[in-house]
Amino acid sequence: MSNKPVQAAIDGWFTLNTDTPHLIGACCDHCGTYYFPKTLNFCKNPACDSTEFSEVELSRTGKIWSYTNACYKPPEPFVAEDPYVPYAIAAVELEKEKMIILGQVIKGVDVDQLKVGQSAELVLETLHEDDDAIKVTWKWQPVR
Amino acid sequence: MNQDIAVLGVGMHPWGKWGKNFSEYGVYAARAALKDAGIPWQDVGFVSGAATMRCGYPGYVAGATIAQALGWQGAQVNTSYAACASGSQALAAARAKILAGECEVALVVGADTTPKGFLAPAKGYRPEDPDWLRFYLGITNPTYFALYARRRMDLYGDTEEDFGLVKIKNSEHGFTNPNARYKKKFTMEEILNSAMVADPLRLLQICATSDGGAAMIVTSMDYAKRMGKADAVKVAAVSTVTPTFASAVVEMPDIATDSAAAAGVEAHSFRAALPKQAYEQAGIGPEDISLAEVYDLSSALELDWYEDLLLCPRGEAAQMVREGVTKIGGRLPVNASGGLACFGEAVPAQALAQVCELTWQLRGQAGERQVANAKVGITANQGLFGHGSSVILKK
Ligand SMILES: [Zn+2]
Repeated sequence: MSNKPVQAAIDGWFTLNTDTPHLIGACCDHCGTYYFPKTLNFCKNPACDSTEFSEVELSRTGKIWSYTNACYKPPEPFVAEDPYVPYAIAAVELEKEKMIILGQVIKGVDVDQLKVGQSAELVLETLHEDDDAIKVTWKWQPVR
Repeated sequence: MNQDIAVLGVGMHPWGKWGKNFSEYGVYAARAALKDAGIPWQDVGFVSGAATMRCGYPGYVAGATIAQALGWQGAQVNTSYAACASGSQALAAARAKILAGECEVALVVGADTTPKGFLAPAKGYRPEDPDWLRFYLGITNPTYFALYARRRMDLYGDTEEDFGLVKIKNSEHGFTNPNARYKKKFTMEEILNSAMVADPLRLLQICATSDGGAAMIVTSMDYAKRMGKADAVKVAAVSTVTPTFASAVVEMPDIATDSAAAAGVEAHSFRAALPKQAYEQAGIGPEDISLAEVYDLSSALELDWYEDLLLCPRGEAAQMVREGVTKIGGRLPVNASGGLACFGEAVPAQALAQVCELTWQLRGQAGERQVANAKVGITANQGLFGHGSSVILKK
């Protein structure tokens, strides 16, 4: 195991240093529409002209809307392991926020272990390492 | 008020990987359409081009580039860009001009040359760019189509073989199409043995990109009558509506959908909205459709379109393919041209290629792939950033 510090692959997009990580989104103060990533300029609800938003932690569990995998190494800026190890991807629907969020599925889980409608939980896992740090991102972990 | 315009001529440059300048394909297709219409180039009053983003500045002003290549003759000019719907937007501009009485004869044209190698996002660390972000997180183009395909399998019981049947059907349709790029009849074995790209989609179920050009000559009904062509194929609808918030389907290049949490907001599917508006414009219903040309970016996506076009209830599209309904000879052939499976995508030309095919079919000039008694046809496609289109042609 490396002694490098753990850093967020994308700063400010999820909570770090916790067993129960959350994505950090935004919620429109006027109409209650959620955003991820947090866009803090204009509300996209056509019936709302709000420019005021609050940062919120999004639900960390949801139901799998669909899933797939990446059999081939994606192009840059993806940083692949050598040799490349395919991974699964899930689109997970958050009930309260009524939105779907994409992410990789944790290592070791392939598509044959996934099902539409299954519950999934947000966890943090390594996306890649660079010279200075281990970069982590959110991933979906199916709940049995 | 009658909103019809006449399609007097159509033409295409064969799809392929020819490596020529896009305007060469555009001129070739335009001249073929003019010849088909029997109209001299000098009579065209409006040139409506579909832009390509891959060919530098001449591509951004494709209408003017192709007009100049045909020889400046003083026509009004326009260029439209709307991702996969660029050709339909160019057609919509010509239709509006004709219906407003500002011109009688318009040339609509789109052409593209594919770049060498892969299209990858610009370098650097740019998490604010959704396209950069998704690649960084390992989410590529096939991911999205695979998610749609897998959802069909888990919800409706579609199988890999069903998606294979779509590919087999389209490869048989396109086999004799002189404008198609891939002319090979695939077997189920070949398809199911091709490499898995994004489960459940395999290499032979995902469309490639191609060079190609397509053009049409559209005119007012008055002009068509004066030419003795009152019975020409007509454009009855061009739908280019945007999605309605909140978009319920995760779409490229986003990593999240809209949220439908606000009061009064419902989740909507963009694809379903496009044909709905086309049917309303044309005053025609799905029961009137003889054939359809849809965007089969993946074999599985073709099945989604059957349902979005209301050709069958949600979840029953695979049954249509299993029963051969959408094969030539069936009740409602889809992608008689061979579709993107046989063409590969030439973005600004593709929506027009769909309209060219319907025109040949409605005229009874589609040769070996002719659909019997074709009277009404519909096209559908969807691209990035809320662009998509659906066009209805009738006899
Ligand atoms: Zn709002």
